[in-house]
Amino acid sequence: MTPVVHRVVGRIQETDDVTTLCLEPVTGARMDFRPGQFNMLSAFGVGEAAISLSSAPGDRGPLRHTVRDVGAVTRALCQRDVGDLIGVRGPFGSDWQVPQRTVGTAVKDVRDTVVIAGGIGLAPLRGAVHELVAASHGGGGRVFLLVGAREPSQLVFNDDMEAWARDGARVLVSVDRASPQWHGRVGLVTALLSDAGFDPANCRALLCGPEIMMRFTARALVDMGVAPEAILVSLERNMQCGLGWCGHCQLGPFLLCRDGPVVPYAGIVSQLLTERER
Amino acid sequence: MSTTIGELVASHPFMAGLSADDLALVVGCARNTVFQPGDLLCVEGASADTFYLIRRGRVSIDVHAPGRGSIVIETVGPGDVVGWSWLVPPYRWTFDARARDPVGAIAIDGACLRNKAGADPALGFALLSRVSTELLARLQATRMRLLDLYGDHSER
Amino acid sequence: MAKSNNPSVSSKVQLGEVVVLRLDGLDSLVARLTALGFETKGPVVRDGAVVPGPITGVADLPVGVHDEQAPGSYRLTRGDDGRLFDWAVGPGSWKAEFFPPSQEVWRAVKVGDSMQFTESAPLAPLAIVGARPCETAALDVLDRVLKDGAHRDPVYADRREGAFVAVVECATPASTCFCSSMGTGPGIEGGFDLALTEIDDARGHRFVVRAGSDAGVEVLSVLAHEEALDEDLEARGRVLDQAAARMGRQLQTEGLASLLARNVEHPRWADVAERCLSCANCTLVCPTCFCSDVRDTSDLDGTLERRRVWSSCFDLEHSYLHGGAVRTSASSRYRQWMTHKLSTWWDQFDTSGCVGCGRCIAWCPVGIDITEEAAFIAASDGATPANAVSKASAP
Repeated sequence: MTPVVHRVVGRIQETDDVTTLCLEPVTGARMDFRPGQFNMLSAFGVGEAAISLSSAPGDRGPLRHTVRDVGAVTRALCQRDVGDLIGVRGPFGSDWQVPQRTVGTAVKDVRDTVVIAGGIGLAPLRGAVHELVAASHGGGGRVFLLVGAREPSQLVFNDDMEAWARDGARVLVSVDRASPQWHGRVGLVTALLSDAGFDPANCRALLCGPEIMMRFTARALVDMGVAPEAILVSLERNMQCGLGWCGHCQLGPFLLCRDGPVVPYAGIVSQLLTERER
Repeated sequence: MSTTIGELVASHPFMAGLSADDLALVVGCARNTVFQPGDLLCVEGASADTFYLIRRGRVSIDVHAPGRGSIVIETVGPGDVVGWSWLVPPYRWTFDARARDPVGAIAIDGACLRNKAGADPALGFALLSRVSTELLARLQATRMRLLDLYGDHSER
Repeated sequence: MAKSNNPSVSSKVQLGEVVVLRLDGLDSLVARLTALGFETKGPVVRDGAVVPGPITGVADLPVGVHDEQAPGSYRLTRGDDGRLFDWAVGPGSWKAEFFPPSQEVWRAVKVGDSMQFTESAPLAPLAIVGARPCETAALDVLDRVLKDGAHRDPVYADRREGAFVAVVECATPASTCFCSSMGTGPGIEGGFDLALTEIDDARGHRFVVRAGSDAGVEVLSVLAHEEALDEDLEARGRVLDQAAARMGRQLQTEGLASLLARNVEHPRWADVAERCLSCANCTLVCPTCFCSDVRDTSDLDGTLERRRVWSSCFDLEHSYLHGGAVRTSASSRYRQWMTHKLSTWWDQFDTSGCVGCGRCIAWCPVGIDITEEAAFIAASDGATPANAVSKASAP
């Protein structure tokens, strides 16, 4: 339970209440991880919170964590400045299982990937999209990114989305509330599905966002003909240890820090998502 | 090579599965049309005598508010339908619909189709089923958006 | 005519060999363990209950103490006999000795431009004399969570692996006990250093003792013991038979995990919620409940401290997610607790989370009985709130 001390080497104010922290270990090598995994970040003296990695393993830059200020610990994290220390434990949990970038070998998985994110849900998917877009140039399948947000000012990673689109990904963004300057789509993220152009019979879908959004989106995907087994969702519960010891992150048969956060939608998960108070 | 209006209507998702006879009746009320960005397809308060099957381009459903300009409620695109008010009295548009892009659409004369559907309940049912499916999807999406899904619900 | 035991000797015993210890032998056992550097603990009477505590000899044990347990009720009585282990488990389980209710994880200070951490020092090795079979079963369950998973809790695991455990088989289960349903008692066949069975008959007050580990063999070999005769083995058998016969409750475990998994909407959860106070007593006395909170604090001198403290799924905060708790109702929290114990524990750790000790029944202030709840759901498998209402309103 002892964290590895990292230093904030950069911070990006993504929105009013969302901050990306760029971290380097004070000593030792940067950790290895897979997109979709999370770390326990300590704001020393305040507490710890489970935060997804938002960088890509293939990047050479610092570890990124994109934090939304929703409580005492996340607020303290968001307020950390360049040079400040943050404790990091991890990486923990399951990942999106996206193709790995390996030099000199062709990517074997050529399915389309449709990545669907709601709000800050794009953070745990950012590394996966990076890897998928890179893989699509090495023989991997097409990448479709569908993003929903409350309003344009709540969109994160705008530069990345532009870059991914330039790199061949189909990026569709929809907001619930348009500002006068917004010329994009307005409506629910599921409205993007029919327009995206992926092949439902030969694709995988990665979903992260509010649980209601994932539930409805997963159902819409299944209705389109996507196999439930090909849909992965990232679930969230209270997490206090990341080690499978504290018991807080239980969801039915799962300890989400160990068996999740990324789980297949098929079977028990689709049922759990509709049960009240699990 | 030009495409006939009949082929355009038949290939629109809204009309998928309609019988050839029913399609012929619909085509009799349809014409192809285009709009430039900024053009209004429907105007709030005006008589709703037409509805549109969108073929290409995006259309926004707007409402105008003093000091706020046009507020976009929703955008729709290819494969979608614009306009329901032609179906129910008093046949008056509730919102504006504005082309955001160059828009290609099939305009259908609402009064013409109402008359045909009234005379042919089978056609009426086929159309109403399609309208209901679309309306339900829109209603559900609207309800979801009312939830403010991505909002901050913490007690910070 | 009964043979008499051979005079006491100290001689090398073999793994699995059965010998007999008298009371002075038991005294020597405690002394020997302490001399070996163990922090020696056993059952003691404190605050009107039998709980784990430090012992220096037989005199510290619950001599002549008996108990009466029922749903929501626990009372000790005293007899004029000299029996030491004629009681069923009390509120304190051995869990707390390995997984303390509040435990420092580390302290840290800022040194230069980084932090320096001091992890909490390992605890002294522990010797237990008088754990019950259900309690060692509970520790085996906890091992799967804290020791044998992907992440090893070093404080727990070190203390567990260094511990010496002398089990005393159960002669007098309480009305709340159902260990025989769970396969965890009243006897024990493995997973101990020593296993004792207390016998007090015409041939005297004595303990039939088996060595279950090399450490057990080593300790037992230096104690004055007697060879066990057939009569001793038969006496042990009678103790266990009688114990099994007086087991107060039973739980039908076959198909139980899937029964509960398919009855998450059963109206009984709302019924039990009417009675449940969400007081968390059941989780605090449970020997396998492992939930904890991680809390950070800072001193005025800049020292940071992280502690791990027990928490309970009956606490609203337990399922807190930004925005609010996931399990807001008492019914969902009771369901979480019970389905975890008896159903999803299997998914998570490939074992039952319940060992049948009955503590949650005795220490529930309103006497909610996990065996009764399970039996009710088994008898009305598939009921839903909707069909419960229609049944109620049927003429």
